[in-house]
Amino acid sequence: MRPDGLRVLVVGASSAIATETARAYAERGARLVVTARTPERGEAVAADLRVRGAAEVRALTLDVTDHAGGTAVIDQAWTAFGGFDVALLAAGVLPDQLRCEADGAAAVAALDVNLVGIVALLTPLANRFGAAGRGCIAVIGSVAGDRGRQSNYVYGAAKGGLDRFLQGLRNRLHRSGVAVVTLKPGFVDTPMTSAMDQGPLFVSARRAGRAVYRAIERRRDVAYVPWFWRPIMLVVRAIPERVFKRLRL
Amino acid sequence: MRAYRSWGRYPEATPAAVVPVVWRSDPPPLERARGPLLAYACGRSYGDSCLNDGGVLLDVRRLDRLISFDGERGLLCCEAGVTLAQILDLVVPRGWFLPVVPGTRWVSVGGAIANDIHGKNHHRAGTFGAHVTRLELLRSSGERITCTPADPIFQSTVGGLGLTGVILWAEIALKRVPGAGIAMERIRFPDLNGFLELAAEDARFEYTVAWVDCLARGRRLGRGVYLRGDHAPLERTAPSPLEAQRLRVPMDAPGGLVNAFTMRLFNEAYYRAGLRARRRATVPYAPFFFPLDAVGEWTRLYGPKGFVQYQCVVPDTPNGEAIRTVFDRIAGSGEAASLAVLKRFGDLGSPGWLSFPRPGLTLAVDFPFRGASTLRLLDELDAVVAAAGGAVYPAKDARMSPASFRAFFPAAERLETQRDPRFSSSFWRRVRAA
Repeated sequence: MRPDGLRVLVVGASSAIATETARAYAERGARLVVTARTPERGEAVAADLRVRGAAEVRALTLDVTDHAGGTAVIDQAWTAFGGFDVALLAAGVLPDQLRCEADGAAAVAALDVNLVGIVALLTPLANRFGAAGRGCIAVIGSVAGDRGRQSNYVYGAAKGGLDRFLQGLRNRLHRSGVAVVTLKPGFVDTPMTSAMDQGPLFVSARRAGRAVYRAIERRRDVAYVPWFWRPIMLVVRAIPERVFKRLRL
Repeated sequence: MRAYRSWGRYPEATPAAVVPVVWRSDPPPLERARGPLLAYACGRSYGDSCLNDGGVLLDVRRLDRLISFDGERGLLCCEAGVTLAQILDLVVPRGWFLPVVPGTRWVSVGGAIANDIHGKNHHRAGTFGAHVTRLELLRSSGERITCTPADPIFQSTVGGLGLTGVILWAEIALKRVPGAGIAMERIRFPDLNGFLELAAEDARFEYTVAWVDCLARGRRLGRGVYLRGDHAPLERTAPSPLEAQRLRVPMDAPGGLVNAFTMRLFNEAYYRAGLRARRRATVPYAPFFFPLDAVGEWTRLYGPKGFVQYQCVVPDTPNGEAIRTVFDRIAGSGEAASLAVLKRFGDLGSPGWLSFPRPGLTLAVDFPFRGASTLRLLDELDAVVAAAGGAVYPAKDARMSPASFRAFFPAAERLETQRDPRFSSSFWRRVRAA
């Protein structure tokens, strides 16, 4: 529990996976800025991280659908800590696919939270990290972004778009010494998935969050969470589209 | 939806809906939920006290945040879904320990309070609830009540089986320990008198418990192995695994691996284990307190029908007559009773109106569930316990009759005055049936 001075920003720290990753950093004595949609939630997470050993935790309120406001919060956090070693962007919601099919506005809103809002934060963060010439930007994507499926293609489109954006950003920032880590969780037992039938592929948020932590610390480019989704998605991506379109997935 | 089962996997119950409770600041809209409500976390209650067939389960597992820790006074404040494993991982390296731990660390703080659990130090420390200094309760009306041990709502919530509302958070008084070890002693005893002699020395030890071979009869009735120990310095111990399941029993054993024959072999082997009748060692705390945590979902060894645990307490008599009768009935029944746990409770009063512990001998024993014959035996045991003025533990129960419950817990009527009218459980509807 020796403070190691590591500075970590977690956007969407109230999500179950991000909370667990933040805990791993807290336990090693890191300094953290955590953001959540409401001050009560941010403060609840911050208090937990303090008890677990974080050297310092600040909670800020950030709504990713407020693009200008979000950028201002990033600026505020950056100034407060004089930069970050790691930024983890974990904000996101699982939209109701059927509602998105019936109502275009719902689909747009889902893309706004899961893609546009994250891109709005990634741009200033990339510039700041690029100027610093070090550090790591990590983003929670999803296996759903690897291939569009009828059951959740709106969410998949947002996460898939994010995947492409991060590929390019990784390529751009590589020479300046900044790592970009794309995390692709599969099924995780969180409040987001509490309405789903939980088969054997589900893992706990705790396990997923610790896997995210390890992937960031190892500066992996793309990490499936947990690892066994890599071969599964390799197969899913390899199925020819003329076959895939007939499947009920 | 994930499976919402109890630890014994009997009986089965299906909630009509599950509502996650994630934030203590913005609790769920309970007024829109239909049917009776009940909080659920780790599902470590054995029978149906954590189930709500046809009702709404409020899943509080994500209510798992620590709130504050006063390292000077040892006061820990945390949300109700925090597990005892999480707490021990945090506080043991800092020189503190939970005042009371049960036989598994995978229980929530809320569940520990609602069942007013006990441990191997009951004779010194009393129940878990005796060390809770404050808690906040959310009622179905939306009202939040922060209460302390002097309040009737506190006394009805401790041991109150979750019927007074959702516990959102609690403050627990920890105790100082010299390290992460337990200096323990393992002593074989040949019969029940041997147990009673050892139990008479309990006051000298922080933790005492005995494993008893329930299938031994006659001269050997009540034979077993006594474990006792105290906290001791030990540098480091491994933290808990990330999840309860590590070495997991992958599937239900077909037909169950537990029957009278395998249990007899197992009991004999356990009793004979170690050549010497007495052994001393300093061990890490986890294997001392939580031996079965090493194997996830071990209850699957009982097969798809599950098992029932029976835990009773009977008042002390000079030569343990009532507990002798209980052992006799079990050994004579042909049911495959496993190793049983026997301990003498101390005479510290319990803080909850419906708390189970009371002075006397407590016995806990697992039976693979075999239907009518198992139920018949347990009804017979209830009669023995009731005649002796004892009680059966609701947290372990899946089958006691309303009449037995009334005999064991006359304070149930009083609990009704504090029960949240929208809260109920499969257990409560069963034992309160007219």
